[in-house]
Amino acid sequence: MNKTYEKYYVPAQSPWPIVGAVALFLIAFGAGNYVNEVTKQQPGFGGYMLAAGFVVLIFMLFGWFKNVIDESMNGLYSAQMDRSFRQGMSWFILSEVMFFMAFFGALFYGRVIALDWLSGGSNNAMTFAILWPDFEAMWPLLKTPGGIETQAMPATGLPLINTVILVVSSITLHFAHTGLEQNKRGQLKLMLLLTLLLGATFLSLQVYEYIHAYRDLGLTLASGFYGNTFFLLTGFHGMHVTLGAIILLFIFLRVLKGHFTPEKHFAFQAGAWYWHFVDVVWLCLYVFVYVL
Amino acid sequence: MSAVVTDHEHDHEHHDHKPSGIKRWFYTTNHKDIGTMYLVFALIMFFIGGAMAMVIRAELFQPGMQFVEPNFFNQMTTVHGLIMVFGAVMPAFTGLANWMIPMMIGAPDMALPRMNNWSFWILPFAFLILLISLFMPGGGPSFGWTFYAPLSTTYSGDSTALFVFSVHIMGISSIMGAINVIVTIFNLRAPGMTWMKMPLFVWTWLITAFLLIMVMPVLAGAVTMVLTDKYFGTSFFDAAGGGDPVLFQHIFWFFGHPEVYIMILPAFGIVSSIVPTFARKPLFGYASMVYATASIAILSFLVWAHHMFTTGMPVAGALFFMYCTMLIAVPTGVKVFNWVATMWRGAMTFEVPMMFALAFIVLFTIGGFSGLMLAITPADFQYHDTYFVVAHFHYVLVTGAVFSIIAAAYYWLPKWTGNMYDEKLGQWHFWCSLISVNLLFFPMHFVGLAGMPRRIPDYALQFADFNAFISIGGFLFGASQLIFVWVLVKCARGGEKATAQVWEGAEGLEWEVPSPAPYHTFDTPPVIK
Repeated sequence: MNKTYEKYYVPAQSPWPIVGAVALFLIAFGAGNYVNEVTKQQPGFGGYMLAAGFVVLIFMLFGWFKNVIDESMNGLYSAQMDRSFRQGMSWFILSEVMFFMAFFGALFYGRVIALDWLSGGSNNAMTFAILWPDFEAMWPLLKTPGGIETQAMPATGLPLINTVILVVSSITLHFAHTGLEQNKRGQLKLMLLLTLLLGATFLSLQVYEYIHAYRDLGLTLASGFYGNTFFLLTGFHGMHVTLGAIILLFIFLRVLKGHFTPEKHFAFQAGAWYWHFVDVVWLCLYVFVYVL
Repeated sequence: MSAVVTDHEHDHEHHDHKPSGIKRWFYTTNHKDIGTMYLVFALIMFFIGGAMAMVIRAELFQPGMQFVEPNFFNQMTTVHGLIMVFGAVMPAFTGLANWMIPMMIGAPDMALPRMNNWSFWILPFAFLILLISLFMPGGGPSFGWTFYAPLSTTYSGDSTALFVFSVHIMGISSIMGAINVIVTIFNLRAPGMTWMKMPLFVWTWLITAFLLIMVMPVLAGAVTMVLTDKYFGTSFFDAAGGGDPVLFQHIFWFFGHPEVYIMILPAFGIVSSIVPTFARKPLFGYASMVYATASIAILSFLVWAHHMFTTGMPVAGALFFMYCTMLIAVPTGVKVFNWVATMWRGAMTFEVPMMFALAFIVLFTIGGFSGLMLAITPADFQYHDTYFVVAHFHYVLVTGAVFSIIAAAYYWLPKWTGNMYDEKLGQWHFWCSLISVNLLFFPMHFVGLAGMPRRIPDYALQFADFNAFISIGGFLFGASQLIFVWVLVKCARGGEKATAQVWEGAEGLEWEVPSPAPYHTFDTPPVIK
């Protein structure tokens, strides 16, 4: 047998996967009912079920990660196991990229094709003349063919500040990582804390921007294709930043407890990859949603 | 924590110790247990989806409205499609991957065993939600499995939200399953198991898993936009708000076309395992098989709009998608050629797995050729949305994907159970299935060419005879599958003991471990020569 081979750790049994499956069932079934109840303003059990699902999910995540962290701290994981985790995380991030691609694809299609055709482009002269002869293609789409009007979100001001904040947070996270690799725990803690604060600032400013959009600009989720893509892209990005920040928060707590070594720190690495990924998504988003 | 460590040590001392009771299945991290659950689940869904097909065929037995309301008929076609694609074919392939890939590459288990169990257990809940939605006021989803907007947005019922969220969690399950397969193949191959020594089933699944990771998130995006369009006032697919219903079709088919290869590439892997065994010759053109699989996967991202020729697109677009689609015939032809060349001058025997594999090669090729006909843009204007399309994709999915899954089940059953299946019953199952499936789907080509539209509960009188014929074929095919269940149950309960190699010509790591395969294979990796 190969002498350098280390045993690959296969956990004996675990209750967490099925708890997670129950959580997703409660979330999906609850949300499916809740959406109907909210839009029709009927009372129902959907909201409670959805909330219960999240509680079970959080319970599951705590239990599952506790097991994994304990196993890792007890040295059960080989270098090969570490590679499994790293590769798994990379492929997960690829799937996230494709999720955002669906919405970016919709944005490009709308801007380049749908609006052009609605204003008589290609062979759609008659559609245009008969359906919406007053329609004018423009981006941002400030007046839909159906007549909903809105104002555009400017690229300067708050969004620009937010871009700077997120880019800087990626840089501070990078220095946290070098700190970890050179075993400078002070630098690690400080830079990680800074990253977290920058992330929280970004999210607060996003909330402020949403309020501004709804209250002052009349830019809502329902104000045509511009509002749709604006809110779904920034919204899903915001949800990912929130998730990334929660991951980094737990990484920070683990750093305070003395976890991670310069050689072995998969969880830190995964959280950092996720954060950089979210940052790159924002840069694409800033260019295509705000600037261009 | 120490308890976990002791449990683990304990497990290795008693090598074949299985946890008992229901907990074994709920809490398992064992790839064989999880594979079995996937396969049993797929079989149950196959029968539920099949029962819906029986409702469809009963209604279409005669012209006029017989048994069901049009809205219920639409729910049956929709949910039949969703269940067969996401509940039967895909989980069956994932089950086979779970069982066989670690054994084929000399791995101790899947790379991420707990996540593996999570991937499985999401599925029964997802389909529970989908089935519950049928009992909502207004009925279940009735917009076809392709859920085109505005059918799924403006004109759909309250169950749409349940449909959306159940698809979401099915997607989560598929993505996690795919990540597990890829990481297992990248990271857990035994020393010496180089890329070009991997069995073709492993290769095809590696590429399938890549496709899953690329396109399942896009499906999630599509259902999300349907959800917000229907419930939250967005207008992605509504021209009045600046969107476009055609956008839906682009997003859906960007997912949908790679999806059909997700359902056929593992089938290619299975047939490439079975044919050499029963021809007692190594696979002809192994490397070209690998490259052909990769080519098909890459091309699958460039052909989606061939589903939309009649929707309308610029001529340049139609030409691009037509030529790319026809190009796929080249690597597919390489594969069929290689299977035939493998059998050339082989010492062939015709056990049930080989029979199904042979039927696959012939009937899948018929489905491939009708696909080529559909790819021709001007001809597609005649075929689109007729029973010709239904005939085409049932040839590739039933006599293609499903036949390969049945072949795989017969081929590996002795390895799973330790017992040989009943060869005579298996042959009965094969011949009944083969004859009835052709009675069922072949005449659909003719009614389709004559103009019978799909997804309609009634039809013109001139199609009456053919439809009666098709329905009889359908009932017979449904009944034939009961023989399969009989074979499976009989084999699980006992029978002639299988040897480790099982089949005389079988080669590969999975045939070097005893039958039934021990609960834990390859705690330490085997040496690959």
